Amino acid sequence: MKRAFPILAIATVIFLGYATYQALVVAPTERTMGDVQRIFYYHVSSAWTAGLLFFINFVASIVYLARRSQKVDALALASAEVGVVFCTIVLVTGPIWARPVWGIWWTWDMRLTLTLVLWLIYVSYLLLRRFSSSGQTPVMAAVLAIFGTLDMPLVYFSIWFFRTQHPQPVMGNGGSIDPRMLHAFFVNLIAFTCFGLLVCWARYRLEVLRQEVEEMQALESLLEVRSSR
Amino acid sequence: MLVQNAPSSIPPVVTVTNLVKQFGRFAALRGVTADFPPARLYAILGDNGAGKTTLLRSLAGLSAPTRGTISVLGATNPREVCAEIGYMAHPSLLYDEMSAMENLCYFARLYGIRDPERSRNLLCRAKLDPHLSRPVGQYSQGMRQRVSLARALLNDPKLLLLDEPFSNVDVGSAREMARFLGELRDQGRTIFVVTHQASFLEEAADEFVWMAEGQIVNRTPSLLTTEAR
Amino acid sequence: MTGSAGLTRATLFKDLRLEWRSKDATNAMLFFALLVVVIFSFSFDPTAEESRRIAGGLIWVAFLFASVVALNQTWARELRNQVLDAYRVSPAPANSLFLAKVLGNFVFVSVLEILMTPLFVIFYNLRALGPAYQLWIVAGLGTWALVVNGTFFAALSLRTRSREIMLPLLLFPISIPALLAMVEATSSILTGEFSAKFWIVLLVTYDLVFTMASLFFFELVLHAE
Repeated sequence: MKRAFPILAIATVIFLGYATYQALVVAPTERTMGDVQRIFYYHVSSAWTAGLLFFINFVASIVYLARRSQKVDALALASAEVGVVFCTIVLVTGPIWARPVWGIWWTWDMRLTLTLVLWLIYVSYLLLRRFSSSGQTPVMAAVLAIFGTLDMPLVYFSIWFFRTQHPQPVMGNGGSIDPRMLHAFFVNLIAFTCFGLLVCWARYRLEVLRQEVEEMQALESLLEVRSSR
Repeated sequence: MLVQNAPSSIPPVVTVTNLVKQFGRFAALRGVTADFPPARLYAILGDNGAGKTTLLRSLAGLSAPTRGTISVLGATNPREVCAEIGYMAHPSLLYDEMSAMENLCYFARLYGIRDPERSRNLLCRAKLDPHLSRPVGQYSQGMRQRVSLARALLNDPKLLLLDEPFSNVDVGSAREMARFLGELRDQGRTIFVVTHQASFLEEAADEFVWMAEGQIVNRTPSLLTTEAR
Repeated sequence: MTGSAGLTRATLFKDLRLEWRSKDATNAMLFFALLVVVIFSFSFDPTAEESRRIAGGLIWVAFLFASVVALNQTWARELRNQVLDAYRVSPAPANSLFLAKVLGNFVFVSVLEILMTPLFVIFYNLRALGPAYQLWIVAGLGTWALVVNGTFFAALSLRTRSREIMLPLLLFPISIPALLAMVEATSSILTGEFSAKFWIVLLVTYDLVFTMASLFFFELVLHAE
C-alpha cells in the first residue's frame, strides 16, 4: 500500500500534465466565448471531484457511526477538507468564466448554486469539528454530514423549481461540442478525479499519523505517573 | 489493609476492570480495578484531580470509558440499569425557577412516576415543607442539597451515587444527611459518596476508598487519622 | 407509548410555565423582533407593488434572525445546574425531551411571528392577492422547519466553544431549501402570480425528512460527552 502512493502520485502528475496540454493547447478555441471557455475543463471537473469527495465523506460518516473506527473518521475529515477546496475552485472559476462571457458575476445556475450550498454545509461541518470541545466530535460531525447529504435532493428540487419560475442564465457551452473538446474534457475529468483522490489520500495519511501521535501521547501520560510512584 | 467482610457468594454490585478515562491527553482514571459488594456505604476520598468524580460519573453512565470495563448491577453499560441508579452531583440538577415540589414531581415523571405522593413523602423525609412555593433557586444551600438528594431518591434506586453532598452545608444538616445515608444503606442500598469532608461519614461508612492520580490507592474500613496513602 | 407522550406534554408545559414566569428573556426577544421589523422597514422602503414582491423574503429573513435568538435559549435552563445530566441518567426516552423542546420553540417562535407580521403588513401596506389561507400553512410548515433543525443544532452546539454563533452557522446552510420555499411560497401568495403548491409540498417533505432525522439522532447527541 505504501508503494502505491508515490506511483499514483507520479501517474497523476503526468496525467495532469497531459490534461493541461489538452485543455490549453489541443482543444480548439470556442467560437463565441474565446479562450475563457477553457475554464470549463477545470470548472466542471472540480465540481465532479468535489461531489465524489463529499460522497466519500457521506459514506465514511455512516460507516463511522456503525463501526466507530478512528481511521474511517480520518477519511471523513480528509474528504471533507479536500472537497471544500475543490468546491472553492468551482465557486471561483464560475464568476471568472461568467463575467467576460455573460456579463454577470453570479447566476443561480444549477451547478453553481448546488456547489455553493454544498460549500456552505461543509464549511459549517469543518467549523463544527474545529470548535467542538466534546470528546465525541466525530459522532457529531458524522450526524451533521448525514443531515447535509439528506438536504441535497431538497436543495436540488428547490433550485430547479426556482429556476423554472424565475428564468436564469445557464452557464454552459451551448450548442454542439467539438470531439476534441470532449476528449479534453474527459481527460481533465479523470485527471482531476485522480488528483483529488490523491490529495485526499495524503490528507488521510496525515490525519491517521496525527491520531497515532495523540494516542501515544495519551498512553505516555497514562504510564508516566504510574512509573514515578 | 483491605477488608472484605461480605461472603464471596454474593455478587458485587459494581465491578470495575482496568478502567481508563482520558480527556484528550489528560488521564483522569488510569486503570482502576476493584469490586464493590452490595449494601454498603463507600466513601470515596482523595485530592482534587484524583479521579473521584470521573469514577462516579462512569458508574452513572455519564462518562463512557476510554478503555476497560464497568459492570453495574449486572449490566456492562450503566445506562441499561439507569432506572435503578440515583445520581446526585455537585450542581443541584434542579430548575431554579420551580418550587421543590414542582421539581420533584417533574423529575418523577422521567421515571414514570405520576403520583405526587412519592415526591411529598421524600420532601417530608428531608424535613422540607412540600407546600413551600418558593423557587428552589432561593433556597439556602443546605435546603437545596436536600431537595437534590430527594430527587436522586425518586426512583427508589438500588445504587446511589452522590458527589459532594456535604459541600456548603451546615454541620447539623450534614450530620443528619450522613445518618440518613446510613439508614438507606441499612435498607439494602449500595451508596457511593465522593466527598472532601470524610469526617461526616466516620460512623456511617463501611469502607473508605482512597484515590490519587486516577487510581485507587487504598481501601480502609475506618477513617485513620494518620495519612493512609 | 402513552408514557412518552405524557412526558412530552409534561416537559412542554413545564417549559411554557417557566417561560411565563421568567419573562425577562421573553420580553427582550419580543423587543428584538420589533426592532428587526423597524430596521428592515427603514432599509427597504418600496412602493406597494414592489413590496409585495420582496415582502416574502423580508419577512422570513426577519423571522429567521428573531428565531435564532429564541433557539439559542432552548437548552439554557438545562445547562444551568447541569440539569441535562438528570435527563441523561434517567430512563426517560430522549425523543420525548426533544419533541417537547421543539414544540416549545414552535410556540415561542409563532408568538414572535404573530407579533411581527401585523407590523410588516402596516409598514409595507401588504395585501395578499392570492389565496390568503395558504399563508397560514406556509407559516406553520416553515416555522416547524426552522424550529426542528434549530432545536437539534442547538443540542449539537452545546459542546462547542462559541455555542451561540455555532447554531446559526449550522442551521442556515441546511435550511436553504426550506427558506427558499418559504420565501417563494409567501411571494407567490402575496403577488398571486404563481401557485405556491410546489413549495408547500417541498416544505412538507423537508419537515418530514428532518423531523425523522432529528428524532433518529437526538439520543446520540444528548448522550455525547
